[in-house]
Parts: sequence; C-alpha cells; structure tokens
Amino acid sequence: MRRIISILLLVIVTFGISLSLAKIPFGVPKTKVGKRYISEGVKETGATNIVTSVVVNYRAFDTLGEVTVLFIAAIGLGVVLSTSRKKAMREVTPASLILSTGCRVLFPLILVFGTYIFIHGHLTPGGGFQGGAIIASAYLLIYLGCRERRINAKVSMSLESLGGLLFVVVGLIGLAIDGYFLTNFLPKGTPNLLFSAGVIPIIYIAIGFKVGSELTGIIDNLIEES
Amino acid sequence: MSFLNNYAYYIGAFGLIFIGLYIILVKHNLIKVIVGLGILDTGVNLFLISVGYITKGTAPIFSRPGIYSERMVDPVPQALVLTAIVIGVAVLALALSLAIRLYQHYGTLNLRKIREQKW
Repeated sequence: MRRIISILLLVIVTFGISLSLAKIPFGVPKTKVGKRYISEGVKETGATNIVTSVVVNYRAFDTLGEVTVLFIAAIGLGVVLSTSRKKAMREVTPASLILSTGCRVLFPLILVFGTYIFIHGHLTPGGGFQGGAIIASAYLLIYLGCRERRINAKVSMSLESLGGLLFVVVGLIGLAIDGYFLTNFLPKGTPNLLFSAGVIPIIYIAIGFKVGSELTGIIDNLIEES
Repeated sequence: MSFLNNYAYYIGAFGLIFIGLYIILVKHNLIKVIVGLGILDTGVNLFLISVGYITKGTAPIFSRPGIYSERMVDPVPQALVLTAIVIGVAVLALALSLAIRLYQHYGTLNLRKIREQKW
C-alpha cells in the first residue's frame, strides 16, 4: 500500500517537473554569465581552467562556505562517533603480502599524483577538492593494506586548520590591499605557466591540504568505529 | 527519436532522481536509504551538468594557446556541481556515522523496528 502511494506520488511529481523541464532546450548556450566567464576569464584571472577561475576567483566566497560545510560535517562525524569509553583493541587480520606490498609501492605515487592535481588546478582538469580526494584515497589504501597503521590525528588536524587559515588569510590580505575580500592581488603572469593566476594556486593548495586531511579524518573515524 | 536524442540526459537524470526518491520513501533499511540519498545526489548533479551542456562542446579549459572558445560548455553548472559533490560526500559521511550510532544503540538498522522501540 505504502509502495503504491509513494510510486503514485513520485509519478505525479516527476510528471509535473518534466512538463516544465521540456521547456529547457538541450545543448544550446543558456547563461550569459557563462559566456562572459569563458571570453574574459583568462584575461581577468590568469587561470586557463575556467571552472577553477569560477570556483576560486569569481565565486571564491562560496567556496569558503563550502569548505566550511565540509569542515562542520567532519566535526559532526567526529562528535557523533566519539565514545567516552575506551575501545578495546580489536584484533585485525593482517592483509596478504601482495596487498600490503602493493600498498607500500602505490602509496607515494598516489600522493604525488594528488599533489600534482591540486597544484595544477588552474591549468588542467582538477583542483583542490579532487586532489584532496585522491590523497584521501591513498590513505584509504594504507588502511586496507597495512591495517595496524594509523594516521597521526594531530598532524592531520593541524594541516586541516592551516589550510583553512591560509584561505582566510589570503582573503584578508586581498581585503587589506585592494578593498575586496579574496581579491586576486598577486600579478597574473603568463597563462599556461605553473606560476600564474595570482592567488588561485595558493588557495587551491590550501583547499587541497584541507580536503585531503578532512577526508582522511572521516575515513579514520569510520574505520575506528567499524 | 529526436525527442530521445534531445532529452536523453534529462530523462536519465530524472530516472536517477526518481529511483533515489523511491528508495528513500519505501525502504526500511537505513543503509538502503543512505544509498538512495547517494543516487538522488548523483541524479541532481547529472541534471545540472546536462543543463550546461552544449552540443559537441568541449571542456572550458584553454589547455594550449590558440584554442577557440565558441564551443565550450557552460562553466557555471560545473562549478556548482563541484560544490554539490563535496557537500554530497559530507552528507553521506555524516549519515553513515549516524547509522553506525543507531545500530550500536538499537541493534538494528530497520527503521520500522527502531520506531517501535522505546528510547
């Protein structure tokens, strides 16, 4: 009964939405602001990846809010999962030789790849969030392969805080120099070079450290509890 | 047929949203509800990306000098989806941690049984 009612409800909702959706044409340019970003973005921000210039320059304040949401979620997860009683050390079955050796070989390579992704965020596809996720996946691999090993929570927490602090400090310096929060106050440089686009690489490196350590902390909390 | 060609991505996205909402409304297992939440999230992201798509468009990245910009897809929905993915990860992690706590407290993940129990 409940199933039939919910299917009916969903069909009605979907029908109503698709009626309005059919009016949206597919595959043609729609927003003016997108065109503006594409035509002027490289000149104005120095970043050749337009998505990065939208995320970290035009809408950087939104990104600060997004990073804060992730931070609050990580804190909430830690609070929900923290137990007052000391957990007994559970015995872990060690991983097989192939898995543990493979993890040790792959771990530094994945770390380097993640760092590459967030340092080159203004030039190639990728950026701080993606690179941070890749770094967290490297730590997940370590948890799978070398099961007795744990990350140092203090180092991870301080990296996270330093990343967030760097983001805010860069924004405040922009406020002091040019009068706007998160202004691109450094010289833009030549596009397509690593040292270009002013503050964008700095902010993305900060985001990369922050997201990487946050996601690693989330993985660590969930594994501790399971 | 042209209808399918034009709206395939919209249909796919709303199929995913439909499936996700159905799972959230009908299923009793909390893990399945969280999986439904993830599917719903993916559907919304796919819908936003397909709204920004331009036929035969390329990624909005000037990876080498002299690349021309007439056929680049809209960067604004992509930036929004980047945000939405990160928030989706945060929501999933928080929901999973709450599920872990509920399981430890009640010994079951069945929402109907949890509702019957006393606090």
